[in-house]
Amino acid sequence: MHRITVKVPNQMKRSFTTTLQVLATPGLAFGVATMIAALLLWLNGYEVLPALVALVHGAFGSTYAIAETVVRTVPLLITGLAVAFAFRAGVWNIGAEGQLLFGALTAIAVAPMLAALPPYLRFFLLLLCSVGAGGLWAGLAGWMKLQRQVPEVVSTILLNFIALELVRYAVHGPFMEAAQQFPQTDPLAPELRLTRWLPPTRLHAGVWLAPALALLVHLLIRRTVFGFNLRATAANATAARFAALHVARIQLWSMAISGALAGFAGAMELSGVTYRLYQNFSPGYGYTAIAVALMARLQPLAIIGTALLFGALENGALAMQRQANVSAVIVNMMQGLVVLTIAVAGALELKRKT
Amino acid sequence: MLLNVIENLLRSGLKLAAPLWLTATGETFAERSGVINIGLEGMMLAGAFAGMIAGYYSANPWLGLLAGVAAGALLSALFGALTIYAAADQIIVGAGINLLAAGLTGFLFRRIFGVTGAALTLAAFTPVKIPWLADMPLLGSVCFEQPALLYLAFAVIPLAAFVLKRTHLGLAIRACGEHSAAADTAGLNVLRMRLGCVLFCGAMCGAAGAYLSLAHANTFVEGLTAGRGFIALALVIFGRWQPWGIFFAAIFFGCANALQFQFQALGSGIPYQIFLMLPYVLTLLVLIFARGGVKAPGELGKAYRRG
Repeated sequence: MHRITVKVPNQMKRSFTTTLQVLATPGLAFGVATMIAALLLWLNGYEVLPALVALVHGAFGSTYAIAETVVRTVPLLITGLAVAFAFRAGVWNIGAEGQLLFGALTAIAVAPMLAALPPYLRFFLLLLCSVGAGGLWAGLAGWMKLQRQVPEVVSTILLNFIALELVRYAVHGPFMEAAQQFPQTDPLAPELRLTRWLPPTRLHAGVWLAPALALLVHLLIRRTVFGFNLRATAANATAARFAALHVARIQLWSMAISGALAGFAGAMELSGVTYRLYQNFSPGYGYTAIAVALMARLQPLAIIGTALLFGALENGALAMQRQANVSAVIVNMMQGLVVLTIAVAGALELKRKT
Repeated sequence: MLLNVIENLLRSGLKLAAPLWLTATGETFAERSGVINIGLEGMMLAGAFAGMIAGYYSANPWLGLLAGVAAGALLSALFGALTIYAAADQIIVGAGINLLAAGLTGFLFRRIFGVTGAALTLAAFTPVKIPWLADMPLLGSVCFEQPALLYLAFAVIPLAAFVLKRTHLGLAIRACGEHSAAADTAGLNVLRMRLGCVLFCGAMCGAAGAYLSLAHANTFVEGLTAGRGFIALALVIFGRWQPWGIFFAAIFFGCANALQFQFQALGSGIPYQIFLMLPYVLTLLVLIFARGGVKAPGELGKAYRRG
């Protein structure tokens, strides 16, 4: 019999160095992205420092700015969790955008049908419908992967376009506002809206739900049998299969849960921020979510931080656009650079280990 | 009347299809060599932007095409360096490339042409009428009265099919995608082969992008490509990783896309948004029901490490 000796490490020291290690890669990625963005600004004849100051000020400079940053963070956080959940299971869900839209669209569609019910029940059912719709939308892609071998990368992207066109059709057609003036729906009934805490900002009562959800997803992945199976599947699907895990079913469920989260984000945005649905309801939350999730190394709790970072960047960039005349889309470029740096760092890490 | 409708449908369908089959053919080479590149959209966008810039300042669409090809290839060189040599995850890098290209082109476009993006008019590719052939009924105006770039795009398909199926190079490419270790043992340089395919893919994306800005839209707007790179990704599966399959898949998609214009013109009661949705729904249905057991290249998406 072998005797197994376990060396107990110095807990404090270990946790400190791991924290540093954990922060090093995202920090590096963000540093690279910021430097390249600054270089680009400088090369194009902008004054770099005032532009960056305008950005930071726009994100955190006043109560209003901070509140709007948080408002922007919520959908990024929830869709970031959605993306991370699927990626953790080894399923490439690029469709958080479509799932979010389909969730919001479903909420708009069912809201009038619930009119007879008591308000709290109505709100709860509304959320449930969005969550279910998002799950279904993603589940469709999961089903296609398992039954028809259609890669989920392709199907989720196609479903994004279909959801977007569905929304476009809905707001021009059956769900267009009663006034028939703009391509948008009528606002949700007041009792279906989340309370605003700090008018005139749009900080709503659903804000705390997002980090709570991050904790929930963290526990689901780390502390449940399903979470263990999910991690096992992602680490080595063949080994998981030999351990009698139903890999296909686990992947299908991961996809559905991921979509459900994205659908929830759609409902939150609808009942907390916009109240109405329109064509540009989501400025690409589902795509930014990929950067948010990857920068957090797919760790649900870390996504709170990265979502806040990108929320601040996107909110601040709008101020930068107004004041320094720098196009806000430069943030997309930074997101892309973060994703690329993280991908390379991940590959190098893997190489060092093997 | 009906003949007229069909003629119009085919003509605009073909124009819409050309950038799709160009991009999808590039992607086929990448995928047959074992690399899945979902950064097509970004590479097309870079090509469209560079093509527009060069075409605008030189007033020569051919220089625009050249610039577009170069921009696409440059971006794919970055993609290739990261995925093939640093062995980073192909899906993630592809997604990053898309974000990067969207941000970079949007930023530069507004820098050069103002925040609102003043409407540009470009010296674009004009239709070239091929004598005699263009006078044929129906197919004449469809196939032989199109921009010169479209004729080039036609030529890509048989060439690609020939190279992939009938040459040593094609065999080597397929070997790298099916079993890279065996290809390496047989003396092939897997990494270089894959890089070559990825560069070709980027060049084709760039050409397709330049086609969009210089022969189709004749201008540039942010997000000009409007998801065509992703459609091309689906068309590769639809066309079963074969150039001719992709060609017909692209034409099918292009015509489905062109239907909306026809129906709008005819004034049918069906809302036009349904037709905007149609191509995506059809593609999805085809992927579900018409796979026919064709398998993706064996090592698609896996980085090759010697060792």
